[in-house]
Amino acid sequence: MTALTAEVAEPAPPPPPDGSAPTRRGVELMLLAGAVLICVLGHLYVGLATTGRTPEPVGPYAAGLAGAALLAHLAVRLRAPYADPLVLPIAVLLNGLGLVLIQRLDATTPAQLTAGGQLRWSALGVALFVLVVVALRDHRVLQRYAYLSVAAALALMLVPVFFPAVNGAHIWIRFAGLSFQPGEFAKILLAVFFASYLAANRTALALTGRRLFWKLRLLPGRVLGPILAIWLLSVGLLVLERDLGTSLLFFGLFVIMLFTATGRIGWIAIGLLLAAVGAYAVGTFEPHVHSRVEDWLNPFASIERGEGPGQLAQSLFAFAAGGLLGSGLGHGQSFLIGFAAKSDFILATAGEELGLVGITAILLLYGLLVHRGFRAGLALRDPFGRLLATGLASIVALQVFVIAGGVTGLIPLTGMAMPFLAQGGSSVVTNWVIVALLVRLGDSARRPRPAGAEAAA
Amino acid sequence: MIRYIRWCAYFCALLLAALLVNVARVQVWEAAAYGANPANKRPAIERYAEPRGDILVDGRPVTGSRDSGQLLRYERTYANGPLYAPVTGFSSQTYGTSLLERAEDALLAGTDPGLSAFPLWYDLARGRPSGGNVETTVRAGAQRAAYAGLAGRRGAAVALEPATGRILALVSSPSYDPAALSGTGGPVKAAWARLNADPARPMLNRALRETYPPGSTFKIVTAAAALDTGVVSDVDAPTQTPDPYPLPGTSTLLPNAGTGCQDASMAEAVQWSCNTVMAKIGVRVGLRAMVDAARRFGFNEEGLRVPAWVSRSNFDTDMSPDQLALSSIGQFNTRATPLQMAMVAAAVANGGELKYPYLVERTTQDDGDPVRRGQQRALGRAMSPATALRLQEMMVQVVESGTGPGAAIPGAVVGGKTGTAQHGVGNAGTPYAWFIGWAKAEDAPLPGVAVAVVVEDAEARRGDISGNGAAAPIARAVMEAVLSAPAKR
Repeated sequence: MTALTAEVAEPAPPPPPDGSAPTRRGVELMLLAGAVLICVLGHLYVGLATTGRTPEPVGPYAAGLAGAALLAHLAVRLRAPYADPLVLPIAVLLNGLGLVLIQRLDATTPAQLTAGGQLRWSALGVALFVLVVVALRDHRVLQRYAYLSVAAALALMLVPVFFPAVNGAHIWIRFAGLSFQPGEFAKILLAVFFASYLAANRTALALTGRRLFWKLRLLPGRVLGPILAIWLLSVGLLVLERDLGTSLLFFGLFVIMLFTATGRIGWIAIGLLLAAVGAYAVGTFEPHVHSRVEDWLNPFASIERGEGPGQLAQSLFAFAAGGLLGSGLGHGQSFLIGFAAKSDFILATAGEELGLVGITAILLLYGLLVHRGFRAGLALRDPFGRLLATGLASIVALQVFVIAGGVTGLIPLTGMAMPFLAQGGSSVVTNWVIVALLVRLGDSARRPRPAGAEAAA
Repeated sequence: MIRYIRWCAYFCALLLAALLVNVARVQVWEAAAYGANPANKRPAIERYAEPRGDILVDGRPVTGSRDSGQLLRYERTYANGPLYAPVTGFSSQTYGTSLLERAEDALLAGTDPGLSAFPLWYDLARGRPSGGNVETTVRAGAQRAAYAGLAGRRGAAVALEPATGRILALVSSPSYDPAALSGTGGPVKAAWARLNADPARPMLNRALRETYPPGSTFKIVTAAAALDTGVVSDVDAPTQTPDPYPLPGTSTLLPNAGTGCQDASMAEAVQWSCNTVMAKIGVRVGLRAMVDAARRFGFNEEGLRVPAWVSRSNFDTDMSPDQLALSSIGQFNTRATPLQMAMVAAAVANGGELKYPYLVERTTQDDGDPVRRGQQRALGRAMSPATALRLQEMMVQVVESGTGPGAAIPGAVVGGKTGTAQHGVGNAGTPYAWFIGWAKAEDAPLPGVAVAVVVEDAEARRGDISGNGAAAPIARAVMEAVLSAPAKR
């Protein structure tokens, strides 16, 4: 965080007053109003469906959500006027929908109320969003803090080793009644580091090295060494902590960013090969992962053994029960999934109660968010910005794919949080920072170039 | 670099497409299979999410629903479980349903399309109507009288309204409390195991599902066949019947329980329950005519529903003359449910016309709007009206001056027939005591009630007298209860 609040260079000159590039802040405001409305209606619907009357905190809830959205909008309007108008409304809508789903699941597990906590974390997330948008005038500042970022990332990932494991994974810090998953935040820092390092060394990576055969060249160790070491360190650490979802994410992030920087298909091939070997090894020898692979191959094995349906089977039942249109908010039985219904399996509730229609809408929202990230990457002119935008968009995309694919039986299940939707404080906060960075990058991408720069180009 | 960012974007689009295709696969293509998986609790949760409709006797519910706070939320309660168990059956989260709870399950659970004028509305609103109520034909007074009369002895009692087929009482004894089977968990499983292991078989519905040799009560069927076929035209004419009677084609001698049966008329034979006379008459009527007569009363009929299913009562269709002789007095392979024998009495009481017995007067929505009305249906003509009239007279004689004085009701005309059924290997078992009959209030044009009672372990002397001693008082109590409390319908 020190990097974000550091002294920054003189900001770009204000946009030309003739409006040659529309800011589209009005569009953003209208979309935000729509997103808030959808969430408040969902909140009302859940209350009516589960208790038969209007939920009590509907006024504060609506006011809080609208206030947070407005605050974020004002920050964007003042400090990133050219930002993509879709990014913030999508984040608000997904976060609000997540709160509605958690509130709905709270209704069936009165012993564990989590909506309030999630609301506070979301508020903190929005506050961080505002902080980043306001304090970070130019994303290029981050490039300078590459090594600080990676040091912080490794430190964050190392800390949980000293804390007790939760559900078999050493990824939590429990402190004063709060639990935080530092690995979540480390992924932003790692993306900053990769982007910065690769942007600086991209020419060397792309063009040098001894030729092995055909087009494949062995990269010079001097260039590849540090980044490979850091990547190995982080993935190895996560494997030790048994946070396999995050290690998979880091692996994918590394391969994607390396490919984007160098354009070498060979890296993809080697990456996939390594991933396959690693996945096979872990899936065979790690009992925790092995059981998940078994579950994925035969989700109903536990039923055949007479032990009742496992979590994945319950998740599939929930999706199936939803069908095309869903059972309606509050009318499903996805609490049958058990203890992870609000976190890992929250998408199953969406699938059961909103149906294929709802789940498609949610996935398309994520798709749109990722798309806006890539678009910013394409429009940006500096390699660091391009790589960072690509990395952040890929983080969201990979995370959505891994978790959504896991709970629907497409791929083996790995414990990860659905961005914005799932219950989990660190995840919500981290994703708000990602969105803040995407807003910043989008603003830089669409901001009209100063006249001098235009002439020079 | 632009190119590679595009490739990354395409890759992410590919991932998204894979997700969407897979979600569609789960939610559309495989949804039905997942939904039908027996481990999927959703159908059961939905089923018990709402209170179940009630079963009514005399307009008052004998069932209820209790919010258990469990996953399968509403559990069944029973106001007077053992008394009405043969009518209601049980409704259990663990063991399903039986009897009326089963036959009217769709209505009680609220899934019957008749409960909603616009079924599509509930589909759209993703709800379903509240469970409907089932009003039974049972009269509380008659039911209580029968239950009290049996007093826990093994047996059954059925009362019918002869003119309509309404089942006024349906009792099986010993009984059980179906509330013990409601819900889930250890106590329910223990109760199920205990009830199934009980040698008295309290969950057996003896009135509908158990068949007994009807013994002498079957002589009414034989007499009807003899009169209808003209084998006997004068009921008071003496029959040349020896006492004992050698079964045709054998050297076995069929005895009588009492004396005075030699050459007795058919009327006397019914009055004093002469085995010899009725066996001989049965043989003279012949196999085919006897089978036809039995069938007209409902024997050999599969698929009787009241609406709970009823066991088939049997009269063999292929017998030698000596077997026919025994069958004509309700022995050999002849077996009948108590309901079947009540139908025999009801057919006589109703002038020969047999009505289809039924237990559901009408079904309503939970606010009382009618859904369906119980259908009064004719099952056919069991005998000619003249035959019925003569049988009525003979049955009155049984009660007034024959084997069945125990059923007499002051101020009412009562007809009846006693029976004692031998059973077991070599007839070693304690005989079953039977009584079938009907009663007519003095000022009424038609008998208002027909009844059949069987007591399995009648602790009485062997002989027809046990029918009078053990079964007739129960029948009388039931008939009295019906006659003294006219229907409010």
